[in-house]
Amino acid sequence: MKKHRFRFSRKAFAYPYMIFLLLFVVVPLVIILINAFLDDANKFTFANFAEFFSDAGGGLTVLGNSLIIGLVTTVICLVIGYPCAYLLAKYHASSKVLVLLFILPMWVNFLIRTLSTKAIFMALDVKLGMGTVLFGMVYNYLPYMILPLHTTLVSIDHSYIEAAEDLGADRMTVFLRTVLPLSTSGIVSGVTMTFIPAISTFAISEILSSSKIFLFGDAINMHFSKTTNSFGVGSVMSLVMLVLVIVANVIVNLTSKDDEGVSAL
Amino acid sequence: MDDKIIEIRNVYKAYGDKPVVKNISLSIRRGEFVTLLGPSGCGKTTTLRMIAGFEQPTSGAILFNGEDITALPPHKRNINTVFQKYALFPHLNVFGNIAFGLKMKTVPVGEPVTDKRGNRVQKMRHLTKQEIADKVNAALRMVDLEDYGHRAVNSLSGGQQQRVAIARALVNEPQVLLLDEPLGALDLKMRKDMQLELMQMHKQLGITFVYVTHDQEEALTMSDTIVVMKDGEIQQIGNPTKVYDEPANAFVADFIGESNILSGTMVKDCCVEISGHRFECVDKGFKYNEPIDVIVRPEDIRIVPADADNCLVEAEVLSCVFKGDHYQVTALTYGDERNEIIIHDNVEVSVGDVIGIYIKPFDFHIMHKSRLINELDGEIWEENVVYMCEGKFPCVSALPEGTKVHVKVDFDDVELTDDEEDGVIGATVISSIYKGSYWQYIVRTDTYYDFFVDNDYEWSIGDRVGIRIAPDKIIIEEGEHEEA
Repeated sequence: MKKHRFRFSRKAFAYPYMIFLLLFVVVPLVIILINAFLDDANKFTFANFAEFFSDAGGGLTVLGNSLIIGLVTTVICLVIGYPCAYLLAKYHASSKVLVLLFILPMWVNFLIRTLSTKAIFMALDVKLGMGTVLFGMVYNYLPYMILPLHTTLVSIDHSYIEAAEDLGADRMTVFLRTVLPLSTSGIVSGVTMTFIPAISTFAISEILSSSKIFLFGDAINMHFSKTTNSFGVGSVMSLVMLVLVIVANVIVNLTSKDDEGVSAL
Repeated sequence: MDDKIIEIRNVYKAYGDKPVVKNISLSIRRGEFVTLLGPSGCGKTTTLRMIAGFEQPTSGAILFNGEDITALPPHKRNINTVFQKYALFPHLNVFGNIAFGLKMKTVPVGEPVTDKRGNRVQKMRHLTKQEIADKVNAALRMVDLEDYGHRAVNSLSGGQQQRVAIARALVNEPQVLLLDEPLGALDLKMRKDMQLELMQMHKQLGITFVYVTHDQEEALTMSDTIVVMKDGEIQQIGNPTKVYDEPANAFVADFIGESNILSGTMVKDCCVEISGHRFECVDKGFKYNEPIDVIVRPEDIRIVPADADNCLVEAEVLSCVFKGDHYQVTALTYGDERNEIIIHDNVEVSVGDVIGIYIKPFDFHIMHKSRLINELDGEIWEENVVYMCEGKFPCVSALPEGTKVHVKVDFDDVELTDDEEDGVIGATVISSIYKGSYWQYIVRTDTYYDFFVDNDYEWSIGDRVGIRIAPDKIIIEEGEHEEA
């Protein structure tokens, strides 16, 4: 019989991460999945699902609110971020410092950032509420919108713009017919990188609204806290979140595939 | 024949303080196939881009049908461009690319009407979908890509992309088509085919083509008129035969086709002396004993027996290579100063043979030398040191410190060193022409002064070299040089 001895191949370098992945991603997911079907007495039940989807604890409403706030945040980020990224890309040579300025806030821990934002609002006597939460969200996620857009816009070959001008397009048409469609992939990844974290965020809404506005992330957080101790419903909500992320990713993948394909319009 | 479609008047273009196009003037006739030809960095592409409107001249004017369009943005010019790397829109298919320009085009509807304020107003409309489709399909037919409308542009081969680029430009029915080295990315066979197709299109459509290339053979094949450029200046404008047979200067002769370029002197009208031999030629009007460049095309030299009556000079064969339709012979002439010459003839000779050479008087092309001596201004730094081109050159001079001086250096007194550090100043080789027994280089210093250098060693264009001059070879005259 042949002896199977351990051979140190390149594959071996992947093992630590595989183990990490198994322990801290796969196992917790399985635990959440099991938890979702268990009641307080650890018996099998669908009650957790029933509770969430019947909106008994207001979970569904919170989800709706989160989606709306996530969407609004993403739209605001896109509206502010696109022109920003466009200008940064246009004056590329001198923009390195400017790009850095946009990334700089990301170097500060987001809790500290958010707490300081709150302190500023309090000092200015601004009433904490929806407005301040949205401000905090946009402030937090804007760099994630600008960076992928900037990367895409910078890589657009200038000759496409010249070709469009040459074929009779004025500035606006050049933008609408070449720059915008050529930056689709940047828009899609910017939107994903903003929207997905925005719907699952917690703390920002809690801090910047003095716990008046409650988002999905906060709700999950609450269900797992010691006082409430309703792991079952919390797990169901986590699963719902997971499904949302998967759906969002599938949509992104489909759009980026379309991007490689071609239309006549 | 005075129907000028484009006129370039004293156009000067500089990026920062670096001039790229230096005061060029050029008119292009309607329906002409004009080629801007020159080595890279000669300003030909910049000139084309100024005609297209992508670049603004620093000074000067560009006229289109007699109207000044210098400041007109590209989208308002009835000119279309085929770009070097095609620049086909990757987010559109072939049809979408060709239809791009048509979708923005407007056509007049009905008769112009007079509005309330008394202005004549012409109503315009966009083309209908059907009109666009018809035009695109006609364009696709023209470039033999009828069934490719739905294809993604990056699924096409280089040659096909090229055709799409041409169709995309021509479908807009421009009055002038600009082509920026459009065949550069294609392989040789493809290039030859496209050359013929482009010429055919030019004939059929009758529109003006302005073509940019660095390939002299392409220029000679396709053009009605060739504009040879170098260093932002026009060297010669003429039809292919003229540019080939009567190059305006040594640069044109060297750049277009192969040639023997030798230094000589005009002894008198119709008599040129090269390395001690006198030859009959047909050129007149040069100053007696004026140093000149003589250009002889290899195919204009006949090999004759060394003892024949018409033998002008004897030479020893160094090599003989069969080139398909002729033999390329390199030979070294006899005499005090021996020159290497290249001959294209259909006689086979062996290495070491002594042959006779005959050249018709008509085939000696005599031209003025562009410069006889390097002349520049400098300043005495201290005793026996002159400061010029930001370098301190040792020299022989007792003039006081700070005196402005005029410096002259002969071509063969400028020494080049391989290592930039070994020279007093550094410079870049920007031109090299073989003159039978030595190379004539133009080296550009970092202060943009061009030294002409005669040298026996070989450098390549772009090489960095050091410049050194023997102290006693620097001719120093007091006072500044007066620009003639």
